[in-house]
Amino acid sequence: MAILKQDEAQALLKKVLAFSKADECEVSLNGREGGNIRYARSAVSTAGDISTITLTINSTFGKRTGRTTINEFDDASLEKAVRRAEELAQLAPEDPEYMPLQGPQTFKDSITYVPATAAITPDTRAAAVAKSIQVSKDAKLEAAGFLENTTSFDALMNSKGLFAYNTDTDIIFSITTRNQAGTGSGYAARGYNDVSKLDTFTATQIAASKANGSANAKAIEPGKYTVILEPVAAAYMMENMFRGLDARNADEGRSFMSKPGGGNRIGEQLMDEKVTIYSDPFHPELPAATWNSDGQPQEKINWIEKGVVKNLEYSRFWAQKKGVKPVPGPSNIIMEGGTASLDELIKSTERGILVSRLWYIRMVDPQTLLLTGLTRDGTFYIENGVIKHPIKNFRFNESPVIMLNNVEALGKPERTISVESYRSYLIPPMKLRDFTFTSLSDAV
Amino acid sequence: MNRKDFLQLSAMGFGALMIPSSLLAGNAIDPAQALLEGMDVGMKKQLSDVALTAARAKGATYADVRIGRYLNQFITTREKRVQGISNTESFGVGIRVIANGSWGFAASNVVTKEEIIKTAERAVAVAKANAKITTEPVQLAPQKGFGDVSWKTPIEKNAFEIPVKDKVDLLLKVNDIALQGGANFVNSAIMAVNEQKYFASTDGSYIDQDIHRIYPFFNVTQIDKATGKFQTRRSLSSPVGMGYEYLNAAGNNKVTGVVTRYKDRYDILEDVKNATADVAQKIKAKTVEPGKYDLVLDPSHLWLTIHESVAHPTELDRVLGYEANYAGTSFLTLDKWKSKNFQFGSKLVNIVADKLQPGSLGAVGYDDEGVKCKEWDLIKDGVLVNYQAIRDQAHIIGLKESQGCCYAQSWEDVQFQRMTNVSLKPGTSKLSVDDMIKNVEKGIYIVGDGSFSIDQQRYNFQFGGQLFYEIKDGKIAGMLKDVAYQANTQEFWNSCTAIADKSDYRLGGAFNDGKGQPGQSNAVSHGSSTARFNGVNVINTARKI
Repeated sequence: MAILKQDEAQALLKKVLAFSKADECEVSLNGREGGNIRYARSAVSTAGDISTITLTINSTFGKRTGRTTINEFDDASLEKAVRRAEELAQLAPEDPEYMPLQGPQTFKDSITYVPATAAITPDTRAAAVAKSIQVSKDAKLEAAGFLENTTSFDALMNSKGLFAYNTDTDIIFSITTRNQAGTGSGYAARGYNDVSKLDTFTATQIAASKANGSANAKAIEPGKYTVILEPVAAAYMMENMFRGLDARNADEGRSFMSKPGGGNRIGEQLMDEKVTIYSDPFHPELPAATWNSDGQPQEKINWIEKGVVKNLEYSRFWAQKKGVKPVPGPSNIIMEGGTASLDELIKSTERGILVSRLWYIRMVDPQTLLLTGLTRDGTFYIENGVIKHPIKNFRFNESPVIMLNNVEALGKPERTISVESYRSYLIPPMKLRDFTFTSLSDAV
Repeated sequence: MNRKDFLQLSAMGFGALMIPSSLLAGNAIDPAQALLEGMDVGMKKQLSDVALTAARAKGATYADVRIGRYLNQFITTREKRVQGISNTESFGVGIRVIANGSWGFAASNVVTKEEIIKTAERAVAVAKANAKITTEPVQLAPQKGFGDVSWKTPIEKNAFEIPVKDKVDLLLKVNDIALQGGANFVNSAIMAVNEQKYFASTDGSYIDQDIHRIYPFFNVTQIDKATGKFQTRRSLSSPVGMGYEYLNAAGNNKVTGVVTRYKDRYDILEDVKNATADVAQKIKAKTVEPGKYDLVLDPSHLWLTIHESVAHPTELDRVLGYEANYAGTSFLTLDKWKSKNFQFGSKLVNIVADKLQPGSLGAVGYDDEGVKCKEWDLIKDGVLVNYQAIRDQAHIIGLKESQGCCYAQSWEDVQFQRMTNVSLKPGTSKLSVDDMIKNVEKGIYIVGDGSFSIDQQRYNFQFGGQLFYEIKDGKIAGMLKDVAYQANTQEFWNSCTAIADKSDYRLGGAFNDGKGQPGQSNAVSHGSSTARFNGVNVINTARKI
């Protein structure tokens, strides 16, 4: 029941709209099913199955909107929910920023759904995890990991004739391996729409090799270093920046995208010319939905092109206020790179630090996007093109904007996930000069 | 409110700890609906027995069932506009079992006899699938059944019974005071939570609980037109385990000084007026000279340092490696605890875990696996003496029973070890904050929490704050900005040289502390009096882009 086909969703939403007496009404459905398995100390610690479907109704009279959500689908419950949204709308204060609903739009089909991922069972999850546990046991390491698969659908309809539908599958896997002495730790994380791309065996081998390679790290002085960030580290470092691509915050003067003296930085060379960041819902490696929750089509769009700010998100309200076209926020994030492998980036480095993963990144100053966080699960000293030895972890204080002005080289982009939000990105490994480490950490 | 909206709020300075994506998930309901009674207790007991019987019939050796109704209300405003009024309700059942020595869990939002049987069977099937790859069976600490018992947060005014209009009017008044005072932007919000949860287990407990929490907060922003730079100042409120009475403060609920702070009640209108003046002063404040300073930390700030550097590393699941793949492990390894002489902090440092403290976010009668709540020492005279544990971990540290630290954010999430209230005991000798500052030659007095980050074993941390005052030769010498301090946990707590007496004791807290995979949110308080830490490394965070 949790995953409705397009015609089933359309029929249900039409039925709900037929109950509406409001000036405008927007209805949406979200369904989700899947499961997860978590293991630690080389055994399963928790596991569960989920299956949920939710209907949301937004009813508007003039500029007053009421919203209600329900998960019961008999006719009486649907009508009651519509009436409830309408009652709430009558009670709500006027929203001066309310934008009338849009009429029908044309959306292209997405490529986000993979049937094999939707067919996963508790036993296939357990089997994938068993492979990972075996690799860890063979390497005499403790394994802690997590695997979660989700199949979802979204459908949107409004009283002006707009209808949109999408299905999506997703599987994420992350694994930490640690040696018995607690002196070495390694990590790998993967996220795909297509389960056939997930190889828990190889991912765990990579984590195991990092765990063994990072044991008995030496301390070196904090300071400014050339670093190579692996994609999983780079993605997490830049995630706060991706969330901040908003014109309103910039125009209001409270964002790193604010221009000193007023306005935003569109048109400004803000980063090194090697930096190009864009969204493309049709990218085969990182597909995304072709419409957003506001019912706007998602297309390919450049945010940063050769270091110049090209576009920022404009909500329909802010676009109208500023007399520009609305720009939906990023459907996904893809950063261009080069052709070099991680090994080639290491070979080209005279003196530097390889960062496998970053951890607990938090904003210190939103104005400069100064972030602090730490390295984790494999930090290595590079000299004359080879990894010399593991080093102790560092705390950094660095801004991704400053960091992306110091680009030495970018490698081949890879699909990776953020270790905090689990969102997938397509990001290259990157070699950066003058990355600021401010103190040492004893953590392994 | 979805995660994206919440992250945007966070970006505006409404700090949140690690926020799980399932935060505030639920179904919107109208305010009147929230007042309706949930399912009858007798019916919950009947349905619980159905679940326990079905689980046993399929081979479970232990089972517990949680029938939960979770209400949230979240009202957000900015300047003169209400951004959102969200009432959510989530009702359903979660069943956890042990079968073939492994845990299994399943949940459903359809709370009928037939569906509960199916859900119990699914939970057993998950346990049996997991058992195939598990070598060590679960060892559950014994727990006596309590029979039919109940517990309720001792609130005076149910926040869900206060008309939405009253809350909207209050928040718009907050915003108006900020704008009249010269602020460029202001966001304000009230969050209220009510967990109505029923727990039953094969041990013979039938526990009915009604838990309330509230969190009013704001963030004031001022932009300096001359430089284009901006500063913010957040409210000095705390999330609390109380009703709407929290917003009704009298003189004896306040701590006066360089800025007014609040004890067990909060005056939001007074605080926003002060915040608006503070933010203007922050713009003109002197940038900090990096170096070593003696820090005097107000409870509105110190709670977060306690949370990250004491409460997290004493969680036993982290110590054992269950969180290795996400939140991390802990430097407080079992050998340090067994030695009985690991000097975590100076002799002044006494830290307790306490699930009973009135007004705290973590106060409940029983945890989510039917264990009665209590208080115990974690750090005694500076030495590590205990951890925070649940039933399947108790045997590892030689305990005969669980300490009652099990929690699930909702019926649909599996319960696991979560932090309880962890607090620094006040100093035993009479000492005021003024007297503490008098003895500081070169220091910084920090009020309010700000940016925070700590490594995965909880050694190295960095904290910001809301307000920083320079202390020179025993006197406050004006405001500073661009301040953050970095330290090693053990060195920091061993540098604690003074703790104010109990008259200064206050609670701070986290409304949404994140942990686990999939992520879950937990609410927890941390109390302390103002404390002094000598010779801490302070950095300057100003940058140019």
